[in-house]
Amino acid sequence: MPSATLLGQALISGVLAGGMYGLLALGLSLSWGLLRLVNLSHFALAFLAAYLTYELGTTYHVAPWWAAAMIVPVMFLIGIAQHWLFDKFKVNELASLLITFSFAVILEVAIQLYWTADYRRFETHYSTMSIKAGPFYIPVLELALCMVAGVLAWGTWLWLRKTYVGKALRAAAEDADIAAAYGVDHKKLAYLLSGMGAAYAAIAGTFIALIATLAPTQIWAWLGVVFAVVIIGRLGNPLGALLAGMLIGASESIAMAVFEPAWAPVVSFSVLIAILLWDPEWL
Amino acid sequence: MAVNAARDLPKAVAAIAIVALAFLPMAKMPAFYESFIYLIFFWVSLSTSWALLSGFAGYFSLGHAAFFGVGVYATAALTTKFGVPFLMTVPIAAVLAALLAAGIGAVVFRLRRLRGELFALLTLAVTFVIATIILNTPIDGGGGVFMSAVPLPHLMPTQTGTIYILGFAMCVLTLATAWWVAHSRLGLGLFAIHDDEDVAEAKGVPTFRYKIAAFALSAAIAGAVGGIHAMYVGFITVAGTFELTVGLYVVLMSVLGGARHWLGPAIGATAITALLYAFISGGEAIMGRAIVGLILIAAILWLPDGVIPAIQGWLKRRRAAPVTTRAEVVPVVPTTAPQISERSILQVRGVTKRFGGLQALAGVDLDVREGEIFGLVGPNGSGKTTLINVISGFYPLTSGTITLDGAEIGRDPAHEIARRGVARTYQIPRPFVNMTVLDNVALCATFGGPARSQAEIRDEAMHWIGFTGLGGKEDVLPAGLNLHERKFLELARALAARPKLLLLDEVLSGLNPTEIDNAIRLVRAIRAQGATIIFVEHLMRAVVELSDRVAVLNEGKLFALGAPREVMRDPRVVSIYLGKAYAA
Repeated sequence: MPSATLLGQALISGVLAGGMYGLLALGLSLSWGLLRLVNLSHFALAFLAAYLTYELGTTYHVAPWWAAAMIVPVMFLIGIAQHWLFDKFKVNELASLLITFSFAVILEVAIQLYWTADYRRFETHYSTMSIKAGPFYIPVLELALCMVAGVLAWGTWLWLRKTYVGKALRAAAEDADIAAAYGVDHKKLAYLLSGMGAAYAAIAGTFIALIATLAPTQIWAWLGVVFAVVIIGRLGNPLGALLAGMLIGASESIAMAVFEPAWAPVVSFSVLIAILLWDPEWL
Repeated sequence: MAVNAARDLPKAVAAIAIVALAFLPMAKMPAFYESFIYLIFFWVSLSTSWALLSGFAGYFSLGHAAFFGVGVYATAALTTKFGVPFLMTVPIAAVLAALLAAGIGAVVFRLRRLRGELFALLTLAVTFVIATIILNTPIDGGGGVFMSAVPLPHLMPTQTGTIYILGFAMCVLTLATAWWVAHSRLGLGLFAIHDDEDVAEAKGVPTFRYKIAAFALSAAIAGAVGGIHAMYVGFITVAGTFELTVGLYVVLMSVLGGARHWLGPAIGATAITALLYAFISGGEAIMGRAIVGLILIAAILWLPDGVIPAIQGWLKRRRAAPVTTRAEVVPVVPTTAPQISERSILQVRGVTKRFGGLQALAGVDLDVREGEIFGLVGPNGSGKTTLINVISGFYPLTSGTITLDGAEIGRDPAHEIARRGVARTYQIPRPFVNMTVLDNVALCATFGGPARSQAEIRDEAMHWIGFTGLGGKEDVLPAGLNLHERKFLELARALAARPKLLLLDEVLSGLNPTEIDNAIRLVRAIRAQGATIIFVEHLMRAVVELSDRVAVLNEGKLFALGAPREVMRDPRVVSIYLGKAYAA
C-alpha cells in the first residue's frame, strides 16, 4: 500500500486530470442530451484546435490565450455549419454517430497530412510550473484547466437552469414538436448550442496543446473514457459532466497508485458498467 | 417456365459463384489475390454477424471487436500455450464469445430503460475492459503472441490458400445463417423488436430470450472469424485486435449496405474493403481513409436505409403497382344470438398498481364471463388503461391476482400472457412501421396463435385483413394508412392471434360516425367468432349499444357494475363524470 502522501498526490493529480475529461465531456453532453446528436467529431475538433494552438505558438509565437481567442470563434462557426447539415437532412441519433465518426476520420487525415503522424510537443514554461501546498504539488496548467472547466460548466448550468433559453432547450429535448407548438424556436437554439459545443472543444484543444503530446491517432485515445464520463454525469448536465470527469480521473489515478498503471482503463469502464447496471433514477 | 427461370437465376449464379470461389486456390494464383479476397470474406462475415442483433433488432453494438478479439485470443492462447490443434480452437473461440455475449445480454437486457445508445456505449466499454484484462494477464502479457509455430492443416496447396478456404467457408456459413435467421421466426421477432419492443412483447414475442439468442449467435460467428483471423495475422497484439475501428467499420459497412437485410452488410463490406484496398495498393492509404469517410457521409445522408433497401424500393416503384379499387368491406354479423356462459374467463382479485406515490389501481375485483362484451368506463385517470396494461402484462402487478381460464397469469411476462390467448389493441395505434400490413398481421398470428405452417399463417392473416376491410392494402407500409385504417390494423393484428380474451383500448376514438358504425359491427362480429371482449371506451353510445355489462372505474377502484343502461343512469356514475350538479 502506498503512503498517504502518495495517495493524496494521486488524488490531486487525478482530480486535475479529470478536469480535462470533464471539459471534453461538456460539449458532448450538451449536444447528446439536448439535441439528441452524438458527436464523435468533438474529439477531432479539439485536436484540430490543439494543433492550431501549437502551430500559432511555435511558428508565429502567439500566446496560447490569444490563439484560443482566434480559434474559438472559428470553431463556433464550424459547429454551426455541422448542425446545418444535421438539420437539413433530419439526422437521427445513430446516423449522427456514424456521420461524425466519418468527420473525425477526415479531420484525422487532414491533420496527418499537414502536421504528419509524428509526435508534437508544444513546450512552454507553464508546463513545469507548480504550486506547493504542504506535501503536495499542484501543477499550474491543470489547475487553470480545472478552473476554466469549472467556470464553463457552472455558467452553462446556470444558463440552462435559470433562463428561458435553458428551459426551452430542455423542453425541446423532451418533445421538439410540442415545444414548437408553444412557441419555442428550437432550431435557432440548436444552432447556438452546436456552436457552443464546438467552441468548448476549441477551449479543451488549447489546453490539450499545452498539456499533452500531440499525434493524429491521439484523437481516439480519450473517446471511451469521455463517453463514460458523459453518461455517468447524466446527458445534458454540464456540472454532472465535470464532476463525473473528476470522479473518473481520481479513481483512475488512485488505481494506478495502488495497482499497476496498466489497469487504469478498467476503472472508468467498471464504474460506468456498475452505474448503468445499478440504473439509478438520476441517470 | 420463364417465371421459374427468372426466380432460379440468382440461385444458379450463387451456386456457380460458391463452387468457383471454393476451387480458386487450386488455380495457384499469387498469394496477394488470395489474401485480398480473404479480407473481403473476413469483413463480410464480421459485419453480417454484427447485423444479426444490431441490424435486425436495432440494438447497435459498438463492441463487436470484443467478441472478435475473444476469438482471436482463444485460438492464440490455446494453440501456442496448450498445443490444441488449430481447427479445434475455432469452435471453442465461437463458444467462448457466445458465452460472453449471453452473459452481457442476461444482465443488460434486463434493464427496462436500456436505450439504444446506452447499449452501444456499454458494449464499447466492455471492449476496453476485456482488452485491458487480456493485456495484463498471461493471455497476452503485453508482448503479443506469435502464431508462426502453430501448424496449419493442409487443406489447400499453399498456406494462404488454406486460410482463404477457411475464411470462405466461414463467410458462406455466416451468410447462410443470416438468411436463415431473416426468414425464421427468430428473425421475424427481431424485426418486430426493432420497430417497437413493447408491442412485440405484447404480441407474444419472447423479446428477452430472442435478444440474447441473437446476441450470442452474432458473437459466436465473430469469435470463430477471430479464431481464423489469428492465423492470418500471425502476430497478435491487443492494440491491433481490439482496435476501435474494427467495431466502427462493421457498423459502417452494415449501414451502408442495409443492416436490416441479410445480404446488406455483405454488399457494404465488399465495397468498403475493395475501396480501402485500392487506395492502400495505390500508396494512398491515408487519403483512402478520408475518401471512405466522405462516401459514408454521403451514403448515410442520401441512402439512410442502405444500398439494398434503396434498390428494392426503386425496383418496386418501377414495377408500378396495379391500381386496386377497394370496395368498402362491411363485416358480416351472424344472426345467431351470442352465447354467454356463466363461467368467468377472467378473474381479477384485489389488483393494485402503484407508480411511486401514485396509486393507479387500488384493489380492483372483476369477473368477466366467457363470451361477453364487457365495457370498462370511467373518467380520465381512473385506471382503465392501467388495468388493460396490467392484465396484458405490460406493467407488473403491485399486488393481487389475475386468473385466466383458471390459470394464474398475474406474474407472467407479457409474451406468455399473449400466448395464453390475451390480445390487446393500443389507443394510439402502434404498428410495426417497417413491416407491411400483411407482415404486421402475420407476425401476430405467428407469435400469438397456435403453431401453423407459413402458408396457413399467411391465409389467416389475409382472412383478418379482409375481415377488417383492409383488403388490397396488404403490401402497404403502415405510414400509408389513415387513422381509421390504422385502428382497424390494430384489430386485425389482435384477431390474428385468435384470442380468447381481447382487450380493446379506445378503438373508436378519433373515428367519424360512419366509421364508428362500422367498428361497432366489427366488434360484434369478433364476439360472434367466440372471443370475450373487454373494451375501454369514452363514447357512451357505443358502450350502451355493445356491452353486455359495464364496469365503472373511479380513482383506481371499481365504482359500479351492471347492465349498461342502468349503470349509466346511476346518479353516482353521472356525478363522477359530470359533477354533482348534473346528478339530480
